Amino acid sequence: MSTSTTTRRRGVLGTSALRPDGLPKVQGRFAFSSDAWADNMLWGATLRSPHPHARIVSIDTSGALAINGVSAVITADDVPGQLTYGLISNDQPVFARDVVRFAGEPVAAVAADHPETARRALAAITVVYEVLPALTRAEEALDTGTTPIHPDGNVIRRQRIVRGDQSFAGDVVVEGTYDIGMQDQAFLGLEAALALPDDDGSGVELFVATQWLHEDQKQIAACLGLPLDKVRLTLGGVGGAFGGREDISLQVHCCLLALATGRPIKMQYGREESFFGHIHRHPATIWMRHHADRDGTLRRVEARVLMDGGAYASTSSAVLINAVTHVQGPYRCENATVDGYAVRTNNPPCGAMRGFGVVQACFAHESQMDKLAAACGLDPVTIRLKNAMRTGDRLITGQVVESVAPVERCIRETAALPLPPELSEHPDALQLPGGSGRTARRNNVTRGIGWGVSIKNLMYSEGFDDYATARCRLANGVATLQFATAEVGQGFVVLAQQIARSVLGVDTVLLEPISTAIGSAGSTSASRQTWMSGGAVDGACRLVRERLFEQVAREHHIDPLRLTIDGIDVIDSAGDLRVSVEDASRGLVIDETFEHHHRATEELDENGQGNCHVAFAFVAHRAVVDVDTELGLVKVVQIATAQDVGRVLNPLAALGQVEGGIAQGLGLAVMEEIVLVDGKMRNPSFTDYLLPTALDAPEVVVSMIEEPEPQAPLGAKGIGEPPCISVTPAIVAAIRAATGKDLARVPVRPQDIVFG
Amino acid sequence: MSGENAGNEFFRLTVNGIDHDVRDAWVGESLLYVLRERLGLPGTKGACEQGECGSCTVLMDGEAVCACLVMAASAVDSEIVTVEGLSTDGEPTDVQNTFVAAGGVQCGFCTPGLIVAVHHLLDRTPNPTDLEIREAISGNICRCTGYGRIFEAVRLARDARLAGG
Amino acid sequence: MTVINARSVDEALTALRDHPRARLLQGGTDLMVEVNLQRTSVQDVIALRQVSELRRWHVDEQSRAVRIGAGVPYAELERNPLALHLPALAQAARTVGSPQIRAAGSLGGNLGTCSPAGDGLPVLSAMDAVVHLRSATDSRDVSIHDFMLGVKRSARRPDELIVAVTLPLLDGFQGYAKVGTRNAMVISVASACLIHDASEGSIRLAYGAVAPTVVRARNAERWLAANAPLRGRPVFDRALASEFGRRAAEECAPIDDHRSTARYRRHAVAVLAERLLLQASGYGASREHTT
Repeated sequence: MSTSTTTRRRGVLGTSALRPDGLPKVQGRFAFSSDAWADNMLWGATLRSPHPHARIVSIDTSGALAINGVSAVITADDVPGQLTYGLISNDQPVFARDVVRFAGEPVAAVAADHPETARRALAAITVVYEVLPALTRAEEALDTGTTPIHPDGNVIRRQRIVRGDQSFAGDVVVEGTYDIGMQDQAFLGLEAALALPDDDGSGVELFVATQWLHEDQKQIAACLGLPLDKVRLTLGGVGGAFGGREDISLQVHCCLLALATGRPIKMQYGREESFFGHIHRHPATIWMRHHADRDGTLRRVEARVLMDGGAYASTSSAVLINAVTHVQGPYRCENATVDGYAVRTNNPPCGAMRGFGVVQACFAHESQMDKLAAACGLDPVTIRLKNAMRTGDRLITGQVVESVAPVERCIRETAALPLPPELSEHPDALQLPGGSGRTARRNNVTRGIGWGVSIKNLMYSEGFDDYATARCRLANGVATLQFATAEVGQGFVVLAQQIARSVLGVDTVLLEPISTAIGSAGSTSASRQTWMSGGAVDGACRLVRERLFEQVAREHHIDPLRLTIDGIDVIDSAGDLRVSVEDASRGLVIDETFEHHHRATEELDENGQGNCHVAFAFVAHRAVVDVDTELGLVKVVQIATAQDVGRVLNPLAALGQVEGGIAQGLGLAVMEEIVLVDGKMRNPSFTDYLLPTALDAPEVVVSMIEEPEPQAPLGAKGIGEPPCISVTPAIVAAIRAATGKDLARVPVRPQDIVFG
Repeated sequence: MSGENAGNEFFRLTVNGIDHDVRDAWVGESLLYVLRERLGLPGTKGACEQGECGSCTVLMDGEAVCACLVMAASAVDSEIVTVEGLSTDGEPTDVQNTFVAAGGVQCGFCTPGLIVAVHHLLDRTPNPTDLEIREAISGNICRCTGYGRIFEAVRLARDARLAGG
Repeated sequence: MTVINARSVDEALTALRDHPRARLLQGGTDLMVEVNLQRTSVQDVIALRQVSELRRWHVDEQSRAVRIGAGVPYAELERNPLALHLPALAQAARTVGSPQIRAAGSLGGNLGTCSPAGDGLPVLSAMDAVVHLRSATDSRDVSIHDFMLGVKRSARRPDELIVAVTLPLLDGFQGYAKVGTRNAMVISVASACLIHDASEGSIRLAYGAVAPTVVRARNAERWLAANAPLRGRPVFDRALASEFGRRAAEECAPIDDHRSTARYRRHAVAVLAERLLLQASGYGASREHTT
């Protein structure tokens, strides 16, 4: 990683400033939303449908209400406002009223004096269901003969991309169909909230772990039938998110119970309920056909993308757009024929997860690039270099890539990273596939190397203005920042401090609680907060600095344009004046708020053409795996990666994002999948939904590609999503290299390797 | 709880050197629940309820165990140490400091359990190899970091202890 | 509704007599999962954590056997000196859950729960272990093969406590391997334990997670005994080991579930049996294993 060699002030941009919540977190003092507590509070709990599709014949809550300690039981009949919510379309009921559309859909909620009382109350609610046939195969949802399972129909969105020569046939053609399983965000900190009703019952305050306070506020207020200012949200400490907290889960239920009982309500999901309570990564089936010249030049891509959105829309339409608009990968390609569908089924709803549609597309296009390489007699690196996109190239949407696009450099720098040493003569069993199970010896193991490269859009697309707001106040040398940016673990809190220190020359930067008391910051997703909220904090700090310079200039009768910050001082660039920021701001209160907007984007037309994305980031991954080919067990040995980051603002935090994303991509490659049988989850637990452990984590070697992005306020691109995107196909390619098997689905299961 | 559901368990737990009386607990309450909801010690986190994530790791008579799998009423006469009790003066421990310095903390939810597990490791095995570090924390799931900075934090704490720091 | 913290086996047995429906709590790694997930409604619980008699083990050189208290945690089984006496058991212990689980879980718990995926059970089966049971009125010893009756069903009567197991001290190779789709902390998809009794001249193979109970591959064992000398330091070639594995796989009855498929499980046990037999080949002759 490159860092400047000049001596820097502690805690400014470019340094590994330590996060302000670090010490509280290691000492157990940091308050997560699940730690919230209030006098006189009750526990809320949710009753969920056991059936993927059923008509609700009747709900009898009297048994629950009769239990001592139960204060309220609510159903759809108790929702005073809008009965449904949703991020893009309001299609998901707060509680199912007539029909349940997925196993796990909320039907009722209770408030009681103890979690155990609440559980018993749920058991005492009698719901009579008439079970209906469940639509659980996405392909069936497309059949015109299939009965719609929702008034909005079974196709959530269809989007075609038609570009260039529609009949072009390449000299070399490769084809494949790829399946991606349903992945869970599996954030560690389970859904939790505390709702405090106003004394007069006219409003509610909610402490909640979420990714986007203002969007939650809007949806909650609509369902409660309250004006926005009567629903005030404060971020409770968030234990990870990864997209899984973008949709409403328990927010409305918790507020409804608080208003119904007039008492504080705490709700928290257990792990099993969490699997039912939030959306997942879309399972997808992607067919692709690549056309190329004999020398490997990519000429046309054809694709059919089918994503299972589950019972409700969530962000399916945006996820689909990401998949189809990225389906060619980080490669030049002038001809494209793409058809994409996001459909509704009686499976659990799917929505945002780190990588947002591009993960699915990338597994398909990178698998295809390897096939193409083989068909053209090229190696995986050569074919990718040959087709690598550059700034100024057009996407298959016709959009010109104006972002810095160092694809070639990502590949070359990844290739230059050292390979891991060969296995020793007598490796410890823990180093081999199978790990602690001691299944393999060295001679059972074959090594493979694979590649993946990806492109990812940053920020929201298709005309959405996901602006961010920040406020900065400077007084007596201390800056105080306020924003509604959800800190979910990524470290925006330290970045904000770094920005203020750099711009204002202050050391002490205080942070106000993260809440709806200030304007929206947009969602902590889409790799957007460094760019958007970072831009807002930077903007607010610059406004404050201008005011400070005006003040100093007035006092010293000089032109404010001559002033600049040097370290912790204001200096006159054309004179001798040097006054500390602390002195200069003594007795003053300078208070500025700034909104950062990215450039406008537009919707796609019916042929999938249009400037729908804001900016792009790129990354390359090389995976080295050891495979026990006979048992089909895999150990990912090393991931090498070079990532286009624009500019490294905090080396330690950047490395953490890269390593963490890689682990999630590894999970999708070899172990993580929600298994559904007839619409029912078979593994909603950490016993059976497997996450990578410390013994599964590969060595990670990283090169940060720093080519500052002119569009970005700080020159830095978002870095959260790219790490988890192309690492998955890279690992699968490495397994293919070790085994010779096709492996057209992820996660790759042992039986796929053995019998595939 | 009240009425027919009322818990009637009464027992005394020794947590971080202090005796706590627990009254009216329901029989199935886990040590995790009692620590968090009855004793005002929310530093220990719960994330899976079945011993598959390590977030709730505490020391019980010197052994690192999952508090979610300990029936609280059976933990009497044991010395329990939680993340809040690793330091007696409120100052962070060496391991706590290296976790912050090495970037081992992102969302922080797995962190308290990891801190306890790492203390347990280094107290038992002062000079663990990288593989021993990995095995010792293989029961502590972290979803954010990919473990790289956590390994680094453990190595830093190990090396500082070996250097007599 | 209460928790009784027994301080001795006698106290536990008295409590069990007085509360015949009580659940026994050893390490908590099974029962508390049921409780936390509301899969069970707990009434009375007899906690055995403080029964120190259950946490002892000793080697009886005279009878060439190791008696292990039902509550000895896996963390102790995986370490020396016990690991030197019972290497396969130590290997199995080290595959159990996580270090935290191994600090709490025990063979008594594995036996009490009697899941076919219990990591310690194939070792007990392959070693022909004896389970020691006591009630307030009597005690009895039950062969491991008679103890396991079905999925989570055992021969333990409600008034009985599993107090210990006895395993023989044997000369010869002992090995255990377990397939899971993660490199640590994973429930067994299939597991196998192979024990060579060099003085008796027998090889025994037991499987986990591929039938309603842990099973012994008795036909394969007999076939091997008829086709290879097994006393001392036998050497097995790959063809023989492969055939042994193939035959052994015929004796399991695996199922399809969310963790794996029957077909894969059957394949996996054949591979494990073959590999374990090859590891046993020439064992002790040199540090190198012939694999």
